[in-house]
Amino acid sequence: MRKAVLIVVAIILAVAIYEVGRRSSVHSKPGGRSSVVHSIAPDFSLQDLDGQPLQLANYRGKVVLLDFWATWCTPCLGEIPHFVAFQNQYREQGLQVIGISMDDGPKPVREFYQQFKMNYPVALGTEKLAQAYGGVLGLPVTFLIGRDGQVAAKYVGEVQMPVLEQEIKSLLQAK
Amino acid sequence: MKALLRLCFVVVVLATFAAMFVPARHALANGFAGPRATPQMQAQSASELAPGSAQLINPEDLVKILQSPTGEKPLVLNVGPHLLYMQAHIPGAEYIGAGSDSQGIESLRRRVKPLPRKMFIVLYCGCCPWSHCPNVQPAYNELHKEGFTNVKVLYIPNNLGADWVYKGYPTIKGQ
Repeated sequence: MRKAVLIVVAIILAVAIYEVGRRSSVHSKPGGRSSVVHSIAPDFSLQDLDGQPLQLANYRGKVVLLDFWATWCTPCLGEIPHFVAFQNQYREQGLQVIGISMDDGPKPVREFYQQFKMNYPVALGTEKLAQAYGGVLGLPVTFLIGRDGQVAAKYVGEVQMPVLEQEIKSLLQAK
Repeated sequence: MKALLRLCFVVVVLATFAAMFVPARHALANGFAGPRATPQMQAQSASELAPGSAQLINPEDLVKILQSPTGEKPLVLNVGPHLLYMQAHIPGAEYIGAGSDSQGIESLRRRVKPLPRKMFIVLYCGCCPWSHCPNVQPAYNELHKEGFTNVKVLYIPNNLGADWVYKGYPTIKGQ
């Protein structure tokens, strides 16, 4: 009996040690969530692929998913169908997805936009914009911006969709 | 006392086991730290540029070579996206163009045409995780085809930000 109790205690302690280690390392992993949050998202004024003005400030009051991506970035391409689905599913509740392509020219982006039936505005990024968001030195990078214009989360690397969707839902609930 | 020692031993063994195996699953799910079993990755693993191969050079080793007052210095060529290069690049590195693009390969061919085939050349990109980078393999293949015998590719497991810039290695911005 005593032996059994000791084994159970050992397992619980081992799980606890592992969990503490795992949680403390999440933020430093490339795929983890950055701690750089709660600052006002830098505004930008660009033209989308159709030549229409695309300004972040116009989406104040909405939850914005800002995706830095490129057509040559394989992990980015895996994310985009999910973002298209999010835009459809949560549009009425106030979600706006915006894509910032880091491609060197618009041609592959236009082709990709049509092929993937993207349903949200996409503009070509600039060095200045990338710097304003802390540098985009590897893709994908995804920001979630709350209705108040503050950056609520930054994900460097391929984001885990259930985690992102949960965050979107909680931001949409905040009025 | 004996029971306590046994308990400690079991805890350490279980925690070690969890630390060894469970994070590997998380890393794979994230798309970082370890390549995923995509057809692209399988193709690359079979290539000469698989992690650990002799054709690769690690960032710390390149830094040592670049900072050493003696020894042959390589010609460092960036074969990644221009926007990434503009934000941050290795001092002295020349921008060539994306290796995944036919224009980039043409630029590379022009740049190296007059060079001696024994010249020490380092190629790098850093756009995205190693197993997903579309640029370094075609650029390496081109130099190999052109008869260059002393070419290394900078091994960037995650991206230029995580594996070079944020490690404090020498970096400059702009042209």
